[in-house]
Amino acid sequence: MREVAYTDIVETVSRLAIEANTFLGEDVLRALEAAAASEESPLGKQVLAEILENDRLAASERLPICQDTGAAVVFVEMGEEVSIKGGSLFDAIHAGVRKGYVEGYLRKSMVADPLRRQNTKDNTPAVIHVELVPGDRLKLTLLPKGGGAENMSRMTMLTPAHGAEGVKQFVLETVEKAGPNACPPVIVGVGIGGTFDTVGMLAKKALLRPVGSTHPDPFYAEMEKELLERINNLGIGPMGYGGRVTALAVHIEAAPCHIVSLPVAVNLQCHAARVKWAEL
Amino acid sequence: MEPKRITTPLTDEVVESLRAGDQVLLSGVIYGARDAAHKRIVEALQKGEPLPVDLRGQVIYYVGPTPAKPGQVIGSAGPTTSSRMDPYTPLLLQHGLKGTIGKGYRSKEVIEALKKYKAVYFAATGGAGALIARRIKKSEVIAYEDLGPEALFRFEVEDFPLIVINDTLGNDLYLQGVMQYRRNP
Repeated sequence: MREVAYTDIVETVSRLAIEANTFLGEDVLRALEAAAASEESPLGKQVLAEILENDRLAASERLPICQDTGAAVVFVEMGEEVSIKGGSLFDAIHAGVRKGYVEGYLRKSMVADPLRRQNTKDNTPAVIHVELVPGDRLKLTLLPKGGGAENMSRMTMLTPAHGAEGVKQFVLETVEKAGPNACPPVIVGVGIGGTFDTVGMLAKKALLRPVGSTHPDPFYAEMEKELLERINNLGIGPMGYGGRVTALAVHIEAAPCHIVSLPVAVNLQCHAARVKWAEL
Repeated sequence: MEPKRITTPLTDEVVESLRAGDQVLLSGVIYGARDAAHKRIVEALQKGEPLPVDLRGQVIYYVGPTPAKPGQVIGSAGPTTSSRMDPYTPLLLQHGLKGTIGKGYRSKEVIEALKKYKAVYFAATGGAGALIARRIKKSEVIAYEDLGPEALFRFEVEDFPLIVINDTLGNDLYLQGVMQYRRNP
């Protein structure tokens, strides 16, 4: 077994929370630059230039990119040969989120109960997904997920007869209904298959893939390409003011499912697509 | 297109000259309020109690900023989704509010009330909170302090860049823009 210190996890998660909210990934910046170059709408072009200016300013002045610094969604890939020394994994992640959001002057956007809605004042609890993997490494990926795009996300239980076209229609409908509310240009995470409880997770996981990457399976790579083109034909454009660039990317994650089911989830991600990871 | 420079409080004349799609640079005092502050304002109006501010001619910005670091006026301060304030907005417009700033769709009821009471809905660029914060020169909580980040704020802004989405004639930039660029999806 390889030991990883509790305090290292706390420090790492805290750093990831601050860095994710301050420095937008190079992949997203490149996609935004390409969008600014190709956008035909003058207003859309201007909005994209503003977004890029904002993202550069945030990095140079160490400011949060967006005031909605999100729910802290943490994906953990834990090697089977890793043991945590000095505390539990979950406690360490929550402590890291608390430290990062308080010390980093990030907004605290979590309420303890969905109906009674008392703010926890430190952005905990984190939303944690753990996957056991072979090896002795611990990979932590933090995705601060803003509420605007999250609120426009949807899931449905289709049946096999709906097929690929049914899935595509549901994705298009979701992006169209979201319109300006999801802060386009968006990244569209699509989960297909699994069960009711896992399909949303697939859609969220799809958002971790670098923007501009292609799906390893040519069937889904082709579907992503087609969906991106059809979404961009919707005309919603940057911030919904009309234009050619409504989405920067479509990412699909598929999983085996029951013979009668075809679950689909669409998790929308705003243009401030913040993801940072570290390996311990 | 050159942006129109306007200053609060807004007169009917200024409001009626604005059209969906216009770019605006807004200066003057505006108020920051979101869900919880709206609920308080509406409750006070319904009970006939006095409000912490006179709404006539004023503009409300839907914002929940990040905490200011030492020496900063405000943290990142971009717009939040406006539709959450839709249930409260017509009553505020009836009491003289002339503008709201946020992002995303408004309800039919709000769009009708904008026409009826002569007011406009502006959008600011969502996700550009670091950039927008530079246009906010002063920020203070003026009421409902117990609501923390959801309290009622008073901001002084200079050349705050906005786009008119819904005007007093019922035009809607979100519909017009999509119609112009939509192809068969």
